[in-house]
Amino acid sequence: MVDYINIALKGIFIENMIFAYFLGMCSYLAVSKTVKTAAGLGAAVIFVLVVTIPVNWLLENYILQAGALSWLGEEYAGLDLSFLSFIMFIAVIASIVQLVEMLVEKFAPALYGALGIFLPLIAVNCSILGGALFMQERQYSTIGEATTFAVGSGIGWFLAVVAIAAIREKIKYSNVPAPLRGLGITFIITGLMGIAFMSFSGISL
Amino acid sequence: MKSLEKFMRKIEPTHESKWAKFHPVWDALYTFAFTPGETTKKGAHIRDGIDLKRTMFTVIVALIPCLLFGIYNTGHWHFVAEGTAGEFMDNFGDKLVYGLIQVLPIVIVSYAVGLGVEFIFCIKNQHAIQEGFLVTGMLIPLIVPADIPLWMVAVATIFAVVLGKEVFGGTGMNIVNIALTARAFLFFGYPTKMSGDKVWMSGISDVPKETLDVNGVTGATQLGELATFTGPQEDWTYQGGIKAFESAWSIWDSFVGIIPGSIGETSVIAILIGAALLLYTGIASWKVMTSFVIGGLFVGFLANAFAVNEYMMLQPLNHLVIGGFAFGAVFMITDPVTAAQTSTGKFIYGFLGGALSIVIRVFNGAYPEGVMMAILFMNVMAPMIDHYVIQANIKRRLKRLKTA
Repeated sequence: MVDYINIALKGIFIENMIFAYFLGMCSYLAVSKTVKTAAGLGAAVIFVLVVTIPVNWLLENYILQAGALSWLGEEYAGLDLSFLSFIMFIAVIASIVQLVEMLVEKFAPALYGALGIFLPLIAVNCSILGGALFMQERQYSTIGEATTFAVGSGIGWFLAVVAIAAIREKIKYSNVPAPLRGLGITFIITGLMGIAFMSFSGISL
Repeated sequence: MKSLEKFMRKIEPTHESKWAKFHPVWDALYTFAFTPGETTKKGAHIRDGIDLKRTMFTVIVALIPCLLFGIYNTGHWHFVAEGTAGEFMDNFGDKLVYGLIQVLPIVIVSYAVGLGVEFIFCIKNQHAIQEGFLVTGMLIPLIVPADIPLWMVAVATIFAVVLGKEVFGGTGMNIVNIALTARAFLFFGYPTKMSGDKVWMSGISDVPKETLDVNGVTGATQLGELATFTGPQEDWTYQGGIKAFESAWSIWDSFVGIIPGSIGETSVIAILIGAALLLYTGIASWKVMTSFVIGGLFVGFLANAFAVNEYMMLQPLNHLVIGGFAFGAVFMITDPVTAAQTSTGKFIYGFLGGALSIVIRVFNGAYPEGVMMAILFMNVMAPMIDHYVIQANIKRRLKRLKTA
């Protein structure tokens, strides 16, 4: 139990996808103008992470890893398909994103309009593939741990994008120097937020 | 405020009086606290002449006890490191002079550099200079160690004022506390000058190690020292660590402030004087302040109940008086610009801030002095808290409208 809490907290705060690894920046910067759409995209990212990482975990452990195919029979035990992991992970992610897109279009058309191109672009959102690759690299031993990691890092991404959206709403009427308006100030805020998140770096639970 | 205003009015030099020439001087002092001068007595009008100038000036006054104590404490710990300190009040003059020599340059550099940057931006943007930096310029010296090189103060001040404030449009527009930004910059940029056992007592790096050992001085802050006690749980010294800590530093010493630490943060008494002034004048929000302390106590109790390391074994009340917790609770978390703006939000904001401070202190071995970092983190989260408080409010009212 404690292990699971550790993995989740690590994903949310200590190894935050955005502030520790700067993954998924494009949609983070582009869709953080209002809190509502940011929360929508954040929820979509959580969903995609939570579905893709366990699926990719199964792929990794039963097909891709060296010797993972031994369940098929003795003659396959020597195979190592890990060179296929990128392409397999991306295929899984792309198909899941298609599913999310259809769901959002059906059940939340307003959000679908607001997210625009960034919804299908979740497929190439670095934090999603990053999540799958971190899962592979850290070698979570059970599918439960992999799912917990997915929930944690998804919530971390959600928190980051909603927080910056709230800040951007707050500074809407600030007298920001003209050259910095828009993306410039957003980068500066991201940096300041990164400093704030650094207070968690080094926490070992 | 009323009686002060009456007194100032009484001594106003009029044209007839022989002090007529001094009217500008009187006016300068008067407007520290009272602009606009005339206020309406009833109706929905301005009742009080409070403005940015008075707000800032009150905070500065509230910080003066901390500064004075900090100056003396700096001197005291220097002589402790050299082994000639005696009791706290011995050699009063020497300690005071040494403290002044160490601390005043930091204050001057912080003000000169910060105001310089502010002036440049105001001239460039052609808008009036606001008093926003007055408080920041005082806070920065109070949250750094006395031994910090002056150029670091200057660099951190420039970084914080430009990237923390001016790019957002100046005073009142910033999202993170400027003094905290400066401290975080120093903390992550120059960790050797901001933590460890060489910086908290002024001039300690010149004192040979043997002398220190003879005087029983480690040079670390209480929290830093506690880390050195940590041992494996089975080990006898594990229990001994917290015992040794408690016998070395009584809670009363920590409360008075005779402990090494950042210049202004050590004395809870001095901080409480400031807190009383800020709360009496209504400049700091009691909601944030009390919920911050409650949050800290709450996590302190929890940690104490499930203690697995030295930090968690600290008594919850002890948590409040050591490190930067008290200073953060009174002067940092209450910053009206970066705190949550909504009433409910203030409670949530303060509570989470206090809780997080102690969480970082007890779990993050690398940054036991994590209070300031926790507050910086809460600054970033404050707009989100506000947003959801407002949304909840809207939802509740809509529901009421529909049922009615």
